[in-house]
Amino acid sequence: MTEEIIIAGFGGQGVLSMGKILAYSGIMQDQEVSWMPSYGPEMRGGTANVSVILSDDRISSPIINEFDTAIILNQQSMNKFESMVKPGGLLLYDPNGISHHPERKDITIATIEGAKEASSLKNKKTFNMVVMGAFLKIHPIVKMENIHKGLEKSLPKRHHKLIPLNEEAIQVGMEKVKIIQEV
Amino acid sequence: MEDVKLMKGNEALAEAAIRAGADAYFGYPITPQSEVIEYLMLERPEHRTGMVVLQAESELAAINMVYGAAGAGKRAMTSSSSPGISLKLEGISYIAGSELPCLIVNVQRGGPGLGTIQPAQADYFQAVKGGGHGDYRLLVLAPSTVQEMADFVSLGFDLAFKYRNPVMILSDGAIGQMMEKVYLPDQIERLTDEQIVEKYGSWATTGKKNRERNIITSLDLKPERHEKHNIHLQEKYKKIEENEVRFETIQCDDADYIIVAFGSGARISQKVVELGRKKGIKIGLLRPITLWPFPKDIINKLADQAIGFMSVEMNAGQMIEDVELSVKGKAPVSHYGRMGGMIPTPSEVLEAVEKDIANIKKLQEV
Amino acid sequence: MTTSVITPEEIIKKGTVVFKKTELMTNNTLSYCPGCGHGVAHRLVMEVIEEMGIGEETIGVAPVGCSVLAYDFMNVDMQQAAHGRAPAVATGIKRVYPEKYVFTYQGDGDLAAIGTSETIHACNRGENIVIIFINNGIYGMTGGQMAPTTLAGMKSSTSPYGRSIPTMGYPIKMTELVAHLPGVAYATRQAVHEAKYVRKAKKAIQKAFENQRDLKGTSIVEIVSNCNSGWKMTPVDANKWLEENMLPYFPLGDIKK
Repeated sequence: MTEEIIIAGFGGQGVLSMGKILAYSGIMQDQEVSWMPSYGPEMRGGTANVSVILSDDRISSPIINEFDTAIILNQQSMNKFESMVKPGGLLLYDPNGISHHPERKDITIATIEGAKEASSLKNKKTFNMVVMGAFLKIHPIVKMENIHKGLEKSLPKRHHKLIPLNEEAIQVGMEKVKIIQEV
Repeated sequence: MEDVKLMKGNEALAEAAIRAGADAYFGYPITPQSEVIEYLMLERPEHRTGMVVLQAESELAAINMVYGAAGAGKRAMTSSSSPGISLKLEGISYIAGSELPCLIVNVQRGGPGLGTIQPAQADYFQAVKGGGHGDYRLLVLAPSTVQEMADFVSLGFDLAFKYRNPVMILSDGAIGQMMEKVYLPDQIERLTDEQIVEKYGSWATTGKKNRERNIITSLDLKPERHEKHNIHLQEKYKKIEENEVRFETIQCDDADYIIVAFGSGARISQKVVELGRKKGIKIGLLRPITLWPFPKDIINKLADQAIGFMSVEMNAGQMIEDVELSVKGKAPVSHYGRMGGMIPTPSEVLEAVEKDIANIKKLQEV
Repeated sequence: MTTSVITPEEIIKKGTVVFKKTELMTNNTLSYCPGCGHGVAHRLVMEVIEEMGIGEETIGVAPVGCSVLAYDFMNVDMQQAAHGRAPAVATGIKRVYPEKYVFTYQGDGDLAAIGTSETIHACNRGENIVIIFINNGIYGMTGGQMAPTTLAGMKSSTSPYGRSIPTMGYPIKMTELVAHLPGVAYATRQAVHEAKYVRKAKKAIQKAFENQRDLKGTSIVEIVSNCNSGWKMTPVDANKWLEENMLPYFPLGDIKK
């Protein structure tokens, strides 16, 4: 099994750390992983994206231009990545702030109100975990126990007390994800 | 338990430096490699192993601090990215001339000039053809994974001391910035002064206790003597060429078309091989691990079975010259590359390969 | 206190030792021009190191300039640095061998022009090293070009009509400049063209190495020297010219102690 994912949005939305937690969770179940970020000044408030690959085999290129899943968190990223989802793939997005909704007919499209759900969890930083939960509901590529281990590994020790909240956010995402179109 | 971590290439290299028993790191921040010095400063290796970490006032100063520490017999290293490496070339030439072992890391970005902070492989010529002034060679290792960023530190130091020659790790922004699973090596103890002398002889300037004084210099005003020194260097380089060629072949056994690529270019090309094979095109990948010495013989051998070669590089076509010199006219060699920080996608490379194969076949028919 | 006076008769008597070359100077013939201050300055540094008994734990760094071959004469472990980079090279050595003694020996072009950055930052870090700075106001080795310390109106091969301040700037007082830095423990300006200056200079060099022993930070000893061939004078005239022209602009004495 290989899952090639792009996560794209604004800097500060937790795009890179969502990717890191996914990658670490992959390692916890003995998979090969890669995490390839966009880097530079755009990280500081502009657009940020990261390609994450989890695979049972050696990963050839960490740099890819077709994705099994695109997780889209702003309009610029929608414009850039909608066309790069493989036919039959998944496009998951937060409709908040999206003016031009995806038009592809050959892919599964799902939405998650990440920002809204994070607000109701009273911690806006859980946004990325809500979105990750939504993704994992549709593509359960990593087991919850490995996500727990992944969180432990990727969060600094002083933030470990936040792991239960993050897990709660993942659960919320799993419950609230809406499939708009299925192929 | 094995020490498995998810790390950026730059971080893995920094951690590996501590574990390789390095004595000193001198550097100056530049994107996309600043994580190396940031990681080291955060880790405080002076408490873990006694390794010295110093942020210098410039790349010039940093490479000359390496010169000083390496001349004192210690395992010293520096890292930078393209524009910073240009600044270091003065010191690198002196280090090569004085035959000092050290490790220099270039996490390349696009040029020329200030260029861009995005990945490139446009410093190939600079790394493998000398770069600085004078007839000298660096032993150049090209990692293509985060694991190799870690593994090549220890290998690099060993080779540097084996030949008393500077070794360069030629990486790029993609390998430096991406995270992959990495198995970290065990901690190697830093060598004591006695061990250094026992292992590598007593050529270093450590104070002339119980011996005649030692001098580290690249200067000799007598041309007859200086030519002898140059001949000695060339003989050493020949020995390195004979003994230290490293490469990896991927699906080359039955391949009738060969891509030659290194570093992140090789990762992309691996995907091209996968995609091509799915379409029934028998592509193989030859990945030089040492860019100097270059794996000439294997490429020449592969030229007996391949109808064509493509050098895939993130530059305007630099390594292609070495591929052509290796192929020696046995088969056509083309180049595919992107520049200025653009990374070629696997599908565009595959398209170029398919076009090239069609061209070669058309010419063969004529 | 009684002092023994050696009579002229005793001096010429066989077996009387009136001067002995330090073991820390090699037997190589000095390549410097007759009358040049380098020979004396070399000797003073080596004498101090010998008298302190630290010859086996000292590493020197030679610059680019006339004293590029200092390692031919100074009988201790030496490294030759790229032009201006000696303080960085010394930093590299000192950081991996903090218990050893490290000094640089640099000229004015090396230290005050191309190596300004390395000098200032090594001083600013308070690297625990000794910097010996020979200032003769000219590039001697390359044939008498203008130095950063060349005096106003002074002729050189690249200021053939004299140093013009509006176009070429002022002669730089590097030792005063670095004396401001908190990392600098000791900054002094000395000379070696007459015996009375030589004695003082040696004391200053000794103090600099003692500072290093006592972990005090950077010590810089500037020696205002001559360059009779670059200045196109006889050695005697050069010393006179030094006294009359160099010393008023570069006054001797401790700048920071």
